[in-house]
Amino acid sequence: MSAWLTRHIPKIAVAPSLAAVLFFVYGFIAWTGYVSLTRSRILPRYQLEGLDQYAKLFRTPRWDVAMENLLVFGVLFIAVSVALGLLLAILLDQRIRAEGAIRTVYLYPMALSFIVTGTAWKWILNPGLGIEAVVRSWGWEDFRFGWLVDPELAIYTVVIAGVWQASGFVMALFLAGLRSVDQEIIKAAMVDGVSLPRIYASIIIPSLSPVFLSAIIVLAHLAIKSFDLVIALTGGGPGYATDLPATYMYAMAFSRGDLGQAAASATVMLMTVAAIIIPYLYSQLRQSHD
Amino acid sequence: MAEPDQSVLAIEKLSKSFQNTAVLTNIDLAIAEGSFLVLVGPSGCGKSTLLNCIAGLEEPSSGRILIGGRDMTGVPPKDRDIAMVFQSYALYPRMSVAKNITFGMQVRGATRAEQKSALERVSGMLKIDHLLERRPAQLSGGQRQRVAMGRALVREPRLFLFDEPLSNLDAKLRVEMRAEIKRLHQRLGASIVYVTHDQTEAMSLATEVAVMEGGIIVQRGPPQEVYDYPVNTFVAGFIGSPAMNFIEGHIRKDGGAVRIEIPFDGKTMAVPAEHYPFVGSTEDGTKVILGIRPEYVTGRDRASGDEEVSLELVPTLVETNGFDQHVNLAFGPAEISGRFSPREQIEIGTPLPTRIDLSQMSVFDRKTGMRL
Repeated sequence: MSAWLTRHIPKIAVAPSLAAVLFFVYGFIAWTGYVSLTRSRILPRYQLEGLDQYAKLFRTPRWDVAMENLLVFGVLFIAVSVALGLLLAILLDQRIRAEGAIRTVYLYPMALSFIVTGTAWKWILNPGLGIEAVVRSWGWEDFRFGWLVDPELAIYTVVIAGVWQASGFVMALFLAGLRSVDQEIIKAAMVDGVSLPRIYASIIIPSLSPVFLSAIIVLAHLAIKSFDLVIALTGGGPGYATDLPATYMYAMAFSRGDLGQAAASATVMLMTVAAIIIPYLYSQLRQSHD
Repeated sequence: MAEPDQSVLAIEKLSKSFQNTAVLTNIDLAIAEGSFLVLVGPSGCGKSTLLNCIAGLEEPSSGRILIGGRDMTGVPPKDRDIAMVFQSYALYPRMSVAKNITFGMQVRGATRAEQKSALERVSGMLKIDHLLERRPAQLSGGQRQRVAMGRALVREPRLFLFDEPLSNLDAKLRVEMRAEIKRLHQRLGASIVYVTHDQTEAMSLATEVAVMEGGIIVQRGPPQEVYDYPVNTFVAGFIGSPAMNFIEGHIRKDGGAVRIEIPFDGKTMAVPAEHYPFVGSTEDGTKVILGIRPEYVTGRDRASGDEEVSLELVPTLVETNGFDQHVNLAFGPAEISGRFSPREQIEIGTPLPTRIDLSQMSVFDRKTGMRL
């Protein structure tokens, strides 16, 4: 009996959480996939209707806006966060004083919820409350900074808030990468006569490619699933100018009463994430087997 | 000291401290063109810091460094006419072997043709022609070390600096690469400063050894001289493996005769010291340490000098390496080690006729540790 227990206790201990994950994660993914093939409105209907919901989804202008926003937001958010994070990491890597304190300051936004970030930046960017009001109160009466309420530019405010939150984290990743670079390589390059900018450009940054990959993967999944930031910052507005796929899905499911449409958009999002994550996981797993 | 124009490297009164910790104190050093100077010492003795100061990777707190007669203090590393090989090889990870070797030339503005001919020359010399397209990660340790040396060789500098280049290699490869470096030095007649903590490496490579301890150069000279005449007990114990035997005793002066008396087995053993080249004058009763290398503690069948004592000592440990038996022998409360012929029958616990050749002994002051 006790031998049987010793052998099976690990399985028994893991079983409940495994069952919960199977049901709540994979079960609901399957359910969502199924619902996306029906004409469900407020309540689910289980009669299969084929790919009508997907056809409708790709005809909807609002979905196009959401996907376009995701592209703009995703590319800018990732590119700017990586560039800024790398720059901060390089500056911080110059053995400066109070590095620990500064690192914490930059890393701290990551500890905040996107809701907090969104709300704070909503106030900062609000023309009547934030930067515009402050600059005007200093005497520049004509100053305008109304990106938040401009349908063309509002998506860039989401980028600003997202970058503010994530670049410190990216900096921490790059800093760890920079610290693992063999100092003797830098010394060797100095003896070789390579200038410091060139050392970074030709030797150090190319050796950080695994860090680039990790940073981009983390940021990409943040970008695709970002929902709370948009909700808190712009609420998807003005109009639906800053809708992202996640907010589109939320609107369809809970305010428009169109479960089928929401499920179809959710499935498309899952495919998008999978397209990024699966090759990454595959390469990582293959490496660990080598 | 040699004249500045004769010495490829001259260091004058160099000191270096970090915050308030002195790492190097008042170092004076000059080496002639073509010499192979090995800085050797235990970790923390300042040898790597000294090398970094020569390279310009660290600024000395005071003092001057001249390379090829020019004052290089404060000059950036790239303008010092040096090349350096590092312990971790320090190859540029994302570049091919060829690129690793020529990147410095490219940065310094050499033409493609110059890079190509230099690469051919060096890769032939180091037998790495077949590796030129590979990345450092695809090379073995020995191959990486060759590439690192290639990168130094293409510079054709006045002075080569080596920072523990063999420490990351396994034992067999280390011996091979050691011979390779020695051969390279003989062939090119290059001037080399080489840092290591391994005294075997120092002895076998150097034309001159500088033993460092606690931020100063304790002794400097040709390897054999440092081996035969260590200036203090630190050098005596550091250079040579197995380490030198230390036996406590005191000096007895009797008219003109000088002896060293060693308490042994309840009796007193007298060692004549008439022929010993005392550095200074000695006083009767001075407490001393007698230093005897293990190879002068031998058995019956090994030839020995005329100044010798014969004893029966009890073996406590025998290690065989094929060409020698390394034996620990009880000597009073302490132990001494000796080297015996592999044919000698040695049994633990059975007294063994032992002869100690005293012609090569060293005598140190027990209080100061300095050679007498």
